[in-house]
Parts: sequence; C-alpha cells; structure tokens
Amino acid sequence: MTAVLNGIFEPGLFTSEPVRVAVVVGGAVALVSAVVGVFTVIRGQSFAGHSLGDLGTTGGSAAFLVGANPLWGFITFAIIGAGAMELFGSRRPRGRDMATGIVLGAGLGIAALFLYLGTTQDNTTGATITILFGSMFVLRASMIPVFAVLSVLALAIVALLYRPLLLSAVSQDVASARGVPVRTVGLLYLLAMAVAVSLSCVTIGAILSTAVLIGPAAAALRLTKRPGLAIAWAAVIGLGVTWIGILLAYDSYYWPPTGRGWPVSFFVVALVLVVYLLSDFASHRQARRAGAQAMAARKGLGGAAGGQPEGIRARGAR
Amino acid sequence: MFSGIMANAWIVATMVAVVAGVVGFFTVLRGSAFVAHAVPQAGFAGAAGASLIGASTLAGLGIFAVISALSIGFLGKRGRHDAVTALALVFMLGLGALFLSWSDQYASAIYALLFGEVLGVSSNQVLATAGLGVVSLLAVATLYRPLLLASVMPEVAQARGVGTRRMEMGFLIVVALATTMSVPVVGALLMFSLMIGAPGTARSFTDRPLGALGLSIGLSLTIVWIAIAASYETDWPVGFFVGVLGAVFFVAGRGWVAWQRSGAARQDGDGHPATGPVPLATAKGTSVEPT
Repeated sequence: MTAVLNGIFEPGLFTSEPVRVAVVVGGAVALVSAVVGVFTVIRGQSFAGHSLGDLGTTGGSAAFLVGANPLWGFITFAIIGAGAMELFGSRRPRGRDMATGIVLGAGLGIAALFLYLGTTQDNTTGATITILFGSMFVLRASMIPVFAVLSVLALAIVALLYRPLLLSAVSQDVASARGVPVRTVGLLYLLAMAVAVSLSCVTIGAILSTAVLIGPAAAALRLTKRPGLAIAWAAVIGLGVTWIGILLAYDSYYWPPTGRGWPVSFFVVALVLVVYLLSDFASHRQARRAGAQAMAARKGLGGAAGGQPEGIRARGAR
Repeated sequence: MFSGIMANAWIVATMVAVVAGVVGFFTVLRGSAFVAHAVPQAGFAGAAGASLIGASTLAGLGIFAVISALSIGFLGKRGRHDAVTALALVFMLGLGALFLSWSDQYASAIYALLFGEVLGVSSNQVLATAGLGVVSLLAVATLYRPLLLASVMPEVAQARGVGTRRMEMGFLIVVALATTMSVPVVGALLMFSLMIGAPGTARSFTDRPLGALGLSIGLSLTIVWIAIAASYETDWPVGFFVGVLGAVFFVAGRGWVAWQRSGAARQDGDGHPATGPVPLATAKGTSVEPT
C-alpha cells in the first residue's frame, strides 16, 4: 500500500517548498481563472482572454528589459490591451474579433522587439522561454499576498457584475433596454479578465493561463447550462487539473528521458482537453437521449431519430 | 540591401505577403482571427516535435497545422468555436513545451520559429515556400465564390446548396497550408499579424470583394517591404515592424471611415452614408459599425 502511494506521490512531494507554493498559488490562480472563464466562454471572448495573456507577455518582456517585477509589466500591458480592444471593438462578434486581432498583432510585435533588445543586452535567451511558457516551480512565497489581493479584486468585479454580465451576454439589446450600460460592463469585465489572466500568466505561463481560463469553463458549460452551477463545476475542474498536473509533473522526473521532468503545462493542457472531450461526449449523449425521448413522446415512436437533435444543436450553437 | 541572402528574404517575404493578403481577407471576413492565430502556433509545436526526432521541420509543421485545423473544425461543430480553438491551441502549445523540454535545442532556434528569421532564408526554403504558396492560392481560387458566399451570408449559401461546413473545413485547411508555407521563414507570430492587419485595413476602404482583396494584397506587400527595409536598417526584428505597421494602418483605415461618415452625414443630413453596390455591405458593417 505504501509502495503504491509512494509510486503516485513521489517521496518529498509534500515537503518540497516549491511544490507547496505551486500547489497553493497554482490552485488559487486556477480557481480565479475558472470562475472568470465561465463568463469568458458564455460571452464568446476566448480570443480576447488568450490575447490578454499574450499582451501580458509583452509587458513581462518589457519589465524584464527594465528590470522591474514582471507582475506589474503583465498587468499594465494586459489592462492597456483590454482598453484598446474595447476602443477598437464593436458590438458585433466579428468586429470584436478583428479588434482583438489587431491589438494582439501589435502586442506580439512589440514583444518581439523587447525580447530582442533584452536578449542582445544580457545574452540570456532562457528568459524568452520562461516568459512564454512560465514555470510554476519558480514562484516565490513573498509574492503570495499581492496575488491574493489581485485575485480577490478580479473575483469581486465578476461578483458585482454577475447579472448584467449574463444578461448582456445573452442579448445586448435586451440588456441595454433594461438600462444595463453594456459597454461599461464589457470594459469592466475585460479589466477583470486582464487581472486574472496576468496573474495566471506570470505564475503558470501564457499557455496554461489560457488553458485554465477556457478549459474548465468550457467543460463545465457542456455539463450544465445554469451559470451558478457551471461556475462551481469550473472551479472544481480547474483545481483538479492543476493539482493533478503538478503531481504528474513532479512524478515525471523519473520518467524517460530521465532527469528532465516533463513540463507542468503539458500535463495540465492534456488533462483539460481530456476533461473537455469527456464532458462534451456526456452532454452529447444526454442531449441525444433527451431528444429521442421527446421524439418518442411526441410521435409515439421508438427513439429512431437519433440524428435529429444533433442537427438542432449544431444550429443552436452558432 | 538587395543582394545575397537579402535577395532570398525579399522573394520569400513577397510570396508570404501575397498569400497572407488573400487568406487573411477571408479570415477577417469570417471573423476567424483566433483560428489564424492558433493554427500557426500549433504548427510551431509540430516544428519543435520534428526537430526533436530529427525529421523535417516543414513536415512536422504541416502535419500539426492540418491536425489542429481539422480538430478545430470538427469540435467546433458542437461547442463554441472560440472555446474549442483556445483548447486546441493550448493543447498544441503544451505539446510544444513538452517537446522542447526533451530536446537540447538552443532557445534561439525556438525564438526564430516564433518570431521568424526572414533574413536567413536558404534557396531550398524559397522553393518550398513558393510551392506551398501556389497550392494555397489555387485552393482559394477554386473555393473563391462559394467561400465568399458562405462567409458573408451563411444562410443564403446554405439555401443555395453551398455546404457551409465543407467551406469551413476548406478554409481551415487553406489556413493550415498558408501557415506551413510561412512559419519557417516569417515565424508564427508575424504570419498572424500579416493575416489580420492588411485585410482589416482594406475592409475600411472598399465594399467590393475583389477590390478589398486586391487592396489587402497591396497593403500586405507594403507592410512587409517596409518592415524588411526597416529591419535591415535598424537590426530590430521584422515582426515588430509588421505588427506595429498593421495596427497603424488599421487605425488609419478606421479614421478614414469615421471621417467619410461624418462628411456624408454633413452632406445628406440623415447620418447614413450611401452604401456601394453591396454584396459586402452587410459584412462590412461588422467591423466598422460604431455602437
């Protein structure tokens, strides 16, 4: 029994300081991202969420260049990016998509410049990789209070805007008719997302940032259509994938090629994808069964028309 | 500036700009900027994997780009398109991170894959780029009319028997092809900037599809040429100039629209500028309509 446990939880896992910090900070960040992410997915702003992370990366490289704390670089640039997206964007999805793309393109270009200037100055190309991919095991415990305050801030904005956010996600026209300031709500939400994404980017890297923002939320929304329940599901999934990811990454130190350790980001994204596919499969089966039952009830036939609900769902998803 | 290695850079960049202008036109029309961002980055993971096992980078890139494009298309059928794109993107990047952690590649090689190395293009690469570029242009030419219809008015396209799903898949594969062609020479990030900046700007100036397409190619060429010249002079990365020029042009285009609109409003007093012959008018509004 102990042998099995030792096989799963490699010795030293619970006493290692970096692992403990990674579990606490990674878990907190995943939790915040998952909650914020539910609205990102409902509002169809995954691209913006991902772009804010990449823009944060630009800020991170700027901070690296001037020798400042990367976190402030990430947050400043993500907030500027959020503002620019809102400024160029229009209410329609394609206009928003375009604005996000332009801001992201400019941001990436500037990141290229900063990284180039930074690396020619001190010849440390490794920084590029750390900034882009992040590493959960390089967190410092002294940053935890700052992270906590910012996480609470992001969650508070989302909690305050809960109803108007959902309403304007469903129908902007209805929301404006009811007196919701749609643009202000949109901008505030982008800002909350910018803070959440910067936090996750600086701790777990740009890849994982998008993964924990979108993955758990998208999976949760396949499981349930009720926003409150989806938030709970997303939080559970987000925490689960992050912690299991950390555990596997720690274990993988003894996997081939030996002595390297596989990146945490790989495990987390793989888990996220698996969870999403499973929940997608579950929701699909459920829908098919419900559809078949409805058919049978209406027509008095057996559930022979399995293909029908799929067509309806596909159209409804557009 | 135009001799030796630089000659290759100019040729390759010109080809990439033309393809980016054409493919980007449809990307912007369909609101698929995220896909245009995700597929090249997925290709980057493939390139990292290929270099790990010592295979051709181009093959790895192509295979991963096509796989990610197809899985986005396939999963997007049911879930939200953007969320699925994000998932495919992060999974591919995660794979890339895994491959990189295994390999002993220098970080600078990775930097080149992301940000491009247009100033160090070999003659072999020129041939490969040209071949793939021709294929993607041919694919777009074949799909042109149905793809245009399916992008602007999906309902009408469906009513006329154009399979919007098939067009979606076709478009995704074209993006994957264009990616494979361009990433080894210009990098994953620069390709994205090109595919969005120039076509996005072009849409501000004209409503006619062919006009916008031509303008998109022209702007894309302008951006690339200025960027290479500036990069040659300053030694700064090409990607910086492409990204920033794209944004500057886009803002200029939006300014032009706003100026025209206010002029038209003054002229006929009802605030609605007369729209052109139309087919694209509905779609155009999507990017320029103020709220």
